[in-house]
Amino acid sequence: MVKALKRTALYDEHLELHGRMVPFSGWELPVQYDGIGPIKEHEAVRTNAGLFDIDHMGQFEVRGTDVLPFLQFVQVADLRSLQDSDARYSLLCYADGGVVDDIFIYRFESDRWWIVVNATNRRKDLAWLEAHASGFDVQIEDISDRVYMLALQGPKAQEILQRLVDTDLDELAFHTSISAQVAGIPTVIGATGYTGEYGYELFFPESSAVFLWRTLLEAGKADGLLPCGLAARDSLRFEPCLALYGHEIDQDIDPVGARLGWAISFDKGGFIGRDALLKLKLEGPPKKLVGFEMVDRAVPRAGYQVAVDGTVVGQVTTGMKSPTTGRFVGLAYVPAESSRLNTEIDIIVRDKPKRAVVVRRPFYLAAYRR
Amino acid sequence: MVYKFDSGVHYAKSHDWARVEDGLVVCGISDFAQNALSDIVYIELPEVGSEVQQGEVYSTVESVKAAEEVYAPVSGEVVEVNEELEDSPELLNEDPYGGAWIMKVRPTDLAELDNLMVAKVYEVFAGNLDDSGGH
Repeated sequence: MVKALKRTALYDEHLELHGRMVPFSGWELPVQYDGIGPIKEHEAVRTNAGLFDIDHMGQFEVRGTDVLPFLQFVQVADLRSLQDSDARYSLLCYADGGVVDDIFIYRFESDRWWIVVNATNRRKDLAWLEAHASGFDVQIEDISDRVYMLALQGPKAQEILQRLVDTDLDELAFHTSISAQVAGIPTVIGATGYTGEYGYELFFPESSAVFLWRTLLEAGKADGLLPCGLAARDSLRFEPCLALYGHEIDQDIDPVGARLGWAISFDKGGFIGRDALLKLKLEGPPKKLVGFEMVDRAVPRAGYQVAVDGTVVGQVTTGMKSPTTGRFVGLAYVPAESSRLNTEIDIIVRDKPKRAVVVRRPFYLAAYRR
Repeated sequence: MVYKFDSGVHYAKSHDWARVEDGLVVCGISDFAQNALSDIVYIELPEVGSEVQQGEVYSTVESVKAAEEVYAPVSGEVVEVNEELEDSPELLNEDPYGGAWIMKVRPTDLAELDNLMVAKVYEVFAGNLDDSGGH
């Protein structure tokens, strides 16, 4: 059965801006804005700022006296040190170590937290959380349909947003959040994002989506703020090597091999997947995510095979001509023995092996890591 | 969308164009094609001296979206390729009928041009595709 694609409240705004609409995780979203294009959109975020409609992302509110022990059990990070308004990247893992989803967790109060999830995994994640909630005093509510989500990212994001809020954004540290009025609209501003730049994710009532979208675009116009589509979103998250579910991570990929081991706290006590993940950490994962750069000229793409000495050993998860660096680079899973820097590999491009070499990740150092 | 059409070239259904110049046939891709492809980041050029056949693949253009094959609008021998495109593939987006020609072919039979569309006909053809494939 073909299900109708969902449209965000900004659908008509996207058409107005010549958005090229494509299906994505059950939604109809702009892949690019014609007349601007993915590369200019990408550059806008690296040098000025970009605005993204990311309402397809899901949000759950988790309330109750047992929220902390419940979350400690169902995800891999140690949340005990989080203060009110702190945010943290984490993973939900299966007992075998495979990834259910990668998530962002916000603590607002000791008994009121949010989990932001990938659109593709919204139903699966909710079912997963509910299935593991028995015995805990928690209520999990899917609030995705009433919470709208925009991302404002880039070096000028703060300057632009500051014009519309009465609180001092200097006070908002990276990976924290604040409740404020943005142009009079009650908004949770998270100093979070998915581009490698500093910026914000804004959560507010869906009824204000058109107003805030227009207001933000207008407020940042003179600074070079551009609306950005899915293609720019993908190239922006790719350069700093931020993982994308369905590419670098999924149920068959463990976070240790995906180089997300930093997100796991083994010394926080028991959690789902701990035994399997600890074993992978101690013994080493069977396959590892590597960055590679083409030696022969060719564009590597997701799904292309990776070969060593004529034998297929792995697959590209994401690859492209990196817009910021101009390099033809990619991410791929290869066996541990082929994962060392400078290892020579072949990428099979249209049935022909093209030479490539394992290089250091990331391809672009995120602003918050400099 | 508003596309540019060049009345001086012949168009193939595959959105490739051919222009006769000094007994050679200059080949490229249409404005409609470059727009559909989106930002172009790489092109695999044919080899000078190789033979191409009308309707057969002679090059691959890679955009931020995908790799797309490019089809020869006429048959013949490749006598020159536009090496500037190797370093500046974005020319294909900016100037598809001018600076971004892809190859020059010594044609086997110029009568093959009769299999192609004149600009007016191609404009209607491309316009129909745009309507059906639109939003």
